[in-house]
Amino acid sequence: MRSPLARFLVRRIVTALLLTVGITLITFVLTNLVPGDPVAANLGQRAVGDPAIVAQWRADHGLDRPLPQQYLMHLEGLLHGDLGTSQQSHRPVLDDLAESVPATLELAGAAILVSLVLGVGFGVVAALRRDRLSDHVLRVLSLVGISVPTFWLALVAFYVFFFRLQITPGSGRIDPGMTPPPQVTGLYTVDALLSGRWDVLSSAVGHLAAPALVLALYTIGLLTRFTRSAVLEVLGQDYVRAARAKGLPGRVVLFRYVLRPALVPVITVAGLAFGSLLSGTVLVEAVFAWPGVGQYAYKSATTLDLPAVMGVGLVVGVVYLVINLVVDVLYGVIDPRVRVS
Amino acid sequence: MRTESRPAALSIEGLRVSIGGHDVLHGVDLAIEAGRVHGLAGESGSGKTMTGLAVLGLLPHGSRASGRIAFGGRDLLEMPVRELNEVRGAKIAMVFQDPATSLHPMLTVERQLTEHMRHHLGVGRKEARERAAGLLAKVRIPGPEEALRRYPHQFSGGMRQRIAIAVALACEPEVLIADEPTTALDVTVQAGILRLLRGLCDDLGLAVLLVTHDLGVMSAVADEVSVMKDGLVVETGPRGQVLREPRHPYTRSLLDALPVPPGENSP
Repeated sequence: MRSPLARFLVRRIVTALLLTVGITLITFVLTNLVPGDPVAANLGQRAVGDPAIVAQWRADHGLDRPLPQQYLMHLEGLLHGDLGTSQQSHRPVLDDLAESVPATLELAGAAILVSLVLGVGFGVVAALRRDRLSDHVLRVLSLVGISVPTFWLALVAFYVFFFRLQITPGSGRIDPGMTPPPQVTGLYTVDALLSGRWDVLSSAVGHLAAPALVLALYTIGLLTRFTRSAVLEVLGQDYVRAARAKGLPGRVVLFRYVLRPALVPVITVAGLAFGSLLSGTVLVEAVFAWPGVGQYAYKSATTLDLPAVMGVGLVVGVVYLVINLVVDVLYGVIDPRVRVS
Repeated sequence: MRTESRPAALSIEGLRVSIGGHDVLHGVDLAIEAGRVHGLAGESGSGKTMTGLAVLGLLPHGSRASGRIAFGGRDLLEMPVRELNEVRGAKIAMVFQDPATSLHPMLTVERQLTEHMRHHLGVGRKEARERAAGLLAKVRIPGPEEALRRYPHQFSGGMRQRIAIAVALACEPEVLIADEPTTALDVTVQAGILRLLRGLCDDLGLAVLLVTHDLGVMSAVADEVSVMKDGLVVETGPRGQVLREPRHPYTRSLLDALPVPPGENSP
């Protein structure tokens, strides 16, 4: 017999797979509903005027067939790992994404990591030191973090720290002239670490720091506030008083009895916040010239490069799914009552 | 009849407590003896629960306590938290009103039963587990080995309170403070919990402080009874005396409010 946790996991993963198929359908339909003719966007002025060339181009890209058939072809391609060919770069979309997705994952992942550590940490400190100076300071700072618009902060941070103070390196992922580390994961920091290239590592971390912090500020503020109120609520629970009555040391009570239930609402908010963090990357990538999915999506959308747009839609949808899957699984791991229901 | 000259396991002298500048206890005196159940009665807001919480330093945020709580030659109110933590759970244990909220919903019964045992007594994992199974058998949980692996929500209310009592007994304390241990339970399981408490008190020589607003509960198990009103103990004495010949008018009014006179169905 399988454990309840294993059954819970299997159920969630099957659901996620079904949802992935749904995402492919939605990205396909939405992309085809967009007004605008890819022919006009991709063929030159004179070629558009020649019906024979237009018909030829449509046939080459499968656009002359009925939509359901186009969708099935699209699905069949996906099963073989073929996301189509970008009409702009004339390269497989998969190859384009293989370059831009790791860049965004590195940026967003660093922002998520920083906001989890700082947001939860600040929230716990604020709750434990309720109504004291450190609590007031953290509450004001978190409000600032939530209120400042990301694109504005990105511009100001770039201007102040790069142009004026020159304490952060400029745009891009590493210093110009430096060769990227051999690709394993596509994350420069990890790859540099794996290949032992310390100069590249320090350059990559330096380039990552400013955009990641800018991107993380909103979620840090949000998580600080939610963690604070969640911890305060748990501190008032009977089982925490009962744990104190057992004479357990303060840190055991905090880590085992308080943090675990407090993390349930925090995880919910974190999942939602990380979704919105992905849309924030588009703006931050633009300001810091970060060669990620955001830039790629913008370029593809403005040129009506449909295969590329669908590819981006699929990737973003799957990332959302993965975040939700992780959140669901964490619920089950943290709270045994979720596994049963 | 037992004599009155036994030394008190725990004695509370002139306990005053204020919460946020508002006085809730005005000098409470109580003495609890080993092997006896001391009932603490009174209506809601009379300060019974605060008295119990003050003993273990568990008063709410922003409370102040003064007076003396003598235990083992020490004043618990003067003790630094680090030393108090060696008394809490080990020498003086507590059972709370609602086992649905006082047991942690996300930790197994085993963890909640063995954690403080290992901390206070320094026993290994295996021995703690064996002791825990023994405790569950003592409080009459069927299938103790299997029960250790389960979570509180998988038990009924009465079973949960038995588990909470087992948690309290895990380090063989001298004093047990039970705060309304039957109030949140079905009437049908209340008697079982009370019999269990009474039996543990007799077998283990525990000193039990039983906080309750229910004089029926009181008459069933208490040796001594104290009655509180507005943050003061207004009457103390052996059960028979307080419940049959109350001297204070407040005690009399509490008794008159009962549908059945106490003592009719008590041993």
